[in-house]
Amino acid sequence: MSAYEKYLRNNRLPHILCSGCGHGIIMGAITRAIEKADLDQDRTVVVSGIGCSSRLPGYMDFDTLHTTHGRALGFATGVKFAKPELNVIVIMGDGDALAIGGNHFIHACRRNINITTIILNNNVYGMTSGQFSPMTPQGHFATTAPYGNVDRNFDICELSRAAGATYVARGSAYHAVMLTDLITKAIFNPGFSVVEAISQCPTYYGRKNKQGTAVDMLNAQKENCVTVAASAKITSDQMQGKIIIGELHKSEAPEYTAVYRNIVDSLQAKEMK
Amino acid sequence: MSPTIKLLQGNEACVEGALAAGIQFYGGYPITPSTEIAELLAEKMPRVGSAFIQMEDEIAAMAAVIGASLTGAKSMTATSGPGFSLKQENLGYAIYTEIPCVIVNVMRGGPSTGLPTSPSQSDVMQARWGTHGDHPVIALCPSSVEETFWLTIRAFNLAEKYRTAVILLLDEVVGHMRERIEIPDHVDNVLTRKKPSVGREGYRPYQPDADLIPPMASFGEGYRYHVTGLTHDETGFPTNDTEKAGILIDRLHKKIDNNLDDIVEIETQMMEDAEIMVVAYGSTARSASRAVKDARALGIKAGLFRPITIWPFPANELKQYLPQLKQVIVAEMNLGQLILEVERNVAGKAPVHGVLRGDGELITPTQILARIKEVQ
Ligand SMILES: Cc1ncc(C[n+]2csc(CCOP(=O)(O)OP(=O)(O)O)c2C)c(N)n1
Repeated sequence: MSAYEKYLRNNRLPHILCSGCGHGIIMGAITRAIEKADLDQDRTVVVSGIGCSSRLPGYMDFDTLHTTHGRALGFATGVKFAKPELNVIVIMGDGDALAIGGNHFIHACRRNINITTIILNNNVYGMTSGQFSPMTPQGHFATTAPYGNVDRNFDICELSRAAGATYVARGSAYHAVMLTDLITKAIFNPGFSVVEAISQCPTYYGRKNKQGTAVDMLNAQKENCVTVAASAKITSDQMQGKIIIGELHKSEAPEYTAVYRNIVDSLQAKEMK
Repeated sequence: MSPTIKLLQGNEACVEGALAAGIQFYGGYPITPSTEIAELLAEKMPRVGSAFIQMEDEIAAMAAVIGASLTGAKSMTATSGPGFSLKQENLGYAIYTEIPCVIVNVMRGGPSTGLPTSPSQSDVMQARWGTHGDHPVIALCPSSVEETFWLTIRAFNLAEKYRTAVILLLDEVVGHMRERIEIPDHVDNVLTRKKPSVGREGYRPYQPDADLIPPMASFGEGYRYHVTGLTHDETGFPTNDTEKAGILIDRLHKKIDNNLDDIVEIETQMMEDAEIMVVAYGSTARSASRAVKDARALGIKAGLFRPITIWPFPANELKQYLPQLKQVIVAEMNLGQLILEVERNVAGKAPVHGVLRGDGELITPTQILARIKEVQ
């Protein structure tokens, strides 16, 4: 049986995403990563917020939780902390994770709770049809940035690392095989992991910014992404406008539910005496 | 074994009640005058192996409580005024997705940051209508420390039984005053949610039984089902079908409305022959009780009607007294909230007067008695 037959709710397909959207490719990568990590299907929970990205769990055959905009990590923290033996995967959009959910995001990183978070970055609010997000670059266009975006964008991976995530990686829809590998490693990391998955939104972001068809946008990902290894070999001039993909950060830190478990165990040991 | 006798605050009694009800998960964010609940649970929960977490804000706390409940854990959060406002979006989520949980709101003076350390009863309507959308709500309102203990257990029971969020509305006086309380060694009749009797293939997560309540599987048990705050059908998946949307919202209302006998609780004092009914709840009912007794001593036929379940409003219970009533007085620490519901149900059959104040001071027995004398 293929990963898709096993891990997708095939009777729920086709999905609601626009043709050319990168989110479906990324769902494929997540599905294959779950297969590679060999997660127990009955003991894996997939949580999302609100947005196009957040509709993906509805197509995935696990216990799935489609919550409120920006709050997926709050719900996921409750699931994981109440039942640490479950595998918890969170899927969010860039607006979902970093605007309305920004506070929850940095605190989940800080706690280092064992949750794998995949942020689908299409540089725009897709679901609400094309307003700028915290990942829309300055000067780019959106329905609420008709004269060019005034805001600057975040660097998701720098933010995650600074906030305390213990595994941080970036991949793209174009580099789907590599993305699968990065998500698999994120699942294996026994702490809070973030994978930024660059996605294309030809319908809104692409059209507003004259980036062509979905194929053109995928080709742009191919052109603009540089692997960590390759980036070490080229000059900073050559790096202008490029995006580094691959594993960007790995560290070790005590995991939240394990630290709490230790407290419980030592209290209970004292009580036994 | 014999009960333990203690001198406790309402907030502490709430913690004892939560523990007696078998709380397994608490997620919160500190705020006066509810903070003691979090502090005590932080100390006690790890000792019994249950999960306490202080989240980054009340929005996340409410989210975590719902997530935890989905794994089968009995879950609670506690807050006050501003924090209760922040919880509203996910409170609506819990109601719509039918995920049991308990939300304690120790009411303080508002609006905004208001009077953090002063009593108030001004969140009565926020408890009813604070989250968007049309929804039923269960809210309970204790008047004493001992009652806080029992109503906390009852809040958990109702949440589990009816698969909904239950709000426990304390006011700052009840939360902070100390009273003698007997804590039983063991509490009977602690309820847990109904579980599915079928396996994964036959499970439709939102298909109700005859009692209109769907059995609830826990995440991680192999049911692999979907939960969404979008309008959903019996399968749990989103739908735009207006017929299904109608069926869902009707059922959510009916599962509460059909069980008012079980959910609605009141207390009355000297109402048998009362011509003047004083309606009061929470700490204000203590003043009202005194005032009614003092009025009786003066030969005035006054009685107390105390909603313990404040939502759904005890309409039938109140209406039963209408034929005998000449005057109705509503005493509450706000400028007129529950009085609207009383007026609606009295429906012109007697004049309704308010003893209302929103300045962060208690309503005294003298104030209520003065009003009784005025209208008699
Ligand atoms: C509290 C709240 N505010 C606003 C919205 C409207 N809303 C729905 S999705 C969305 C943005 C989605 O963008 P993103 O998170 O980047 O995900 P995408 O749709 O692009 O995958 C917004 C603003 C909402 N549902 N809830």
